[in-house]
Amino acid sequence: MRSWEQNVEQERNREKDMREKLLSVIEKNSRIDMKELAVIMGVEEIDIANELAALESEGIICGYHTLIDWEKTSIEKVSALIEVRVTPQRGQGFDSIAERIYKYPEVNSVYLISGGFDLLVTLEGKSLKEISAFVSDKLSTLDTVLSTATHFILKKYKDHGTILAKKSEDTREKVTP
Amino acid sequence: MRNPLAEKVVGIKPSGIRKFFDIVQDMDDVISLSVGEPDFDTPWHIRDEGIYSLEKGRTFYTSNAGLKELKEEICRYLKRKQNVEYCPQDEVFVTVGGSEGIDAALRAMLNPGEEVLIPQPSYVSYEPCAILANGVPVIIELKAENEFRLTAQELEDAITDKTKILILPFPNNPTGAIMERKDLEEIAQVIIKHDLFVISDEIYSELTYKDKHVSIVEIPGMQERTILINGFSKAYAMTGWRLGYACGPKAIISQMLKIHQFAIMCAPTTSQYAAVEALRNGDEDVEQMRESYNQRRRYLMHAFKEMGLECFEPFGAFYVFPCIKEFGLTSDEFATRFLQEEKVAIVPGTAFGDCGEGFLRVSYAASLENIKIAMRRLSEFIERLRKG
Repeated sequence: MRSWEQNVEQERNREKDMREKLLSVIEKNSRIDMKELAVIMGVEEIDIANELAALESEGIICGYHTLIDWEKTSIEKVSALIEVRVTPQRGQGFDSIAERIYKYPEVNSVYLISGGFDLLVTLEGKSLKEISAFVSDKLSTLDTVLSTATHFILKKYKDHGTILAKKSEDTREKVTP
Repeated sequence: MRNPLAEKVVGIKPSGIRKFFDIVQDMDDVISLSVGEPDFDTPWHIRDEGIYSLEKGRTFYTSNAGLKELKEEICRYLKRKQNVEYCPQDEVFVTVGGSEGIDAALRAMLNPGEEVLIPQPSYVSYEPCAILANGVPVIIELKAENEFRLTAQELEDAITDKTKILILPFPNNPTGAIMERKDLEEIAQVIIKHDLFVISDEIYSELTYKDKHVSIVEIPGMQERTILINGFSKAYAMTGWRLGYACGPKAIISQMLKIHQFAIMCAPTTSQYAAVEALRNGDEDVEQMRESYNQRRRYLMHAFKEMGLECFEPFGAFYVFPCIKEFGLTSDEFATRFLQEEKVAIVPGTAFGDCGEGFLRVSYAASLENIKIAMRRLSEFIERLRKG
């Protein structure tokens, strides 16, 4: 017979497994409803609700966003990637300068990265002018910022694992044995 | 002019699926749950190896039995998955899909008049291949109440003094049925008692949703009397690459290899290089695809339950096989009307043997979005039928 420890271990693995699978499903489709999640995962709806609540409170699920291809709308949007070199501050490293930057609402994301520069900032604005203004007026003037390099995005082919450029087609024969 | 045709070939019925295919082909905007191949593309790293092999100029024949490194990987894979040992030199060879392996095995083993037991419903090629190999196909009709597994009694009842080979098609297309270890142990006793050989078509071995697949060759005394057929089509979504393999006792494999050598020469070289990559680094892809299939399988079972459609829970391949006997229509009538009225294509069970009458093969190698739409339409359709 299995020992109590083994049972506990197995139960823990099962939960971990379900957590991973749940995350990978909703990462691709955050609009899926709980009932359907329960069906495809083969568990009860209440288990899904509890797990989602836990993932949210643990800060693992940080939001439910929609992936939009703005290019196909009439709304003008410009995005840019900005490489930023900074001087890390004693006792705080990069955290406080990162915070200074991510507090601007126009900033989409801030990553600390390895390589030739320190922070990668992504930004969205209405126009080139608006982004340039942000870089020259706000970002570059921060004390700890040594230099910046701005790259404007010309076209998004793939974003968040989804190909935007063209729709995939089912080219299989419609009926096969 | 004389009749140029061989009577044996002319006598073979065309595949029952063909007629249905022709109707579907002429319609637009059909949602198809009739496809017997994965809806995933071959994982990119596998395709990339194929491309790379072309760039390097690996465009020549390989040895008849296949690339040495591929045969070695196949043996390592079978050791890892099934815990069975095959010798890469003379107990395995690479085929053009699982289909070639089945054909070669039957041709290598059958003398005129010897009987081949074929459990049905099952894949469409066994019966014609047995006939082309001068054998006599004998059908064993599997039953829904046994979840379409083959029982020892059914096997025993079908055996005559001419019986030589049993074809074992599990996990099964079209029913989704599996054979678990205890089922295999029971039939193994009968197989050994009557000194039969087995051609085990395990092309769906990676797609099981209960326990890990068990091969008949794992049962003591069975490896020496079994030709194991498998391939890359279903596990790695590589149908178009046409690549499979056959493993078995040297004495049989060497004769199969003769047929392969003269009829085929060797399996496609590009595909063989890609397959090496699949076996070395493809486990995670298989796991992801299996999880997706399993989600769709659960969705379908739930949908059938909600609409009150009878269906045993299948744990293999990517098919479910619901029963439609309550509507008083044949499988063919049901599928044709459903296609015409709701524009969803589902293959009638009879395409896989007469005993598939009263059933449909629903393939879940389709996106969950399409499956959802199809189930909504099926629900409306059967509501109408029930109201008369």
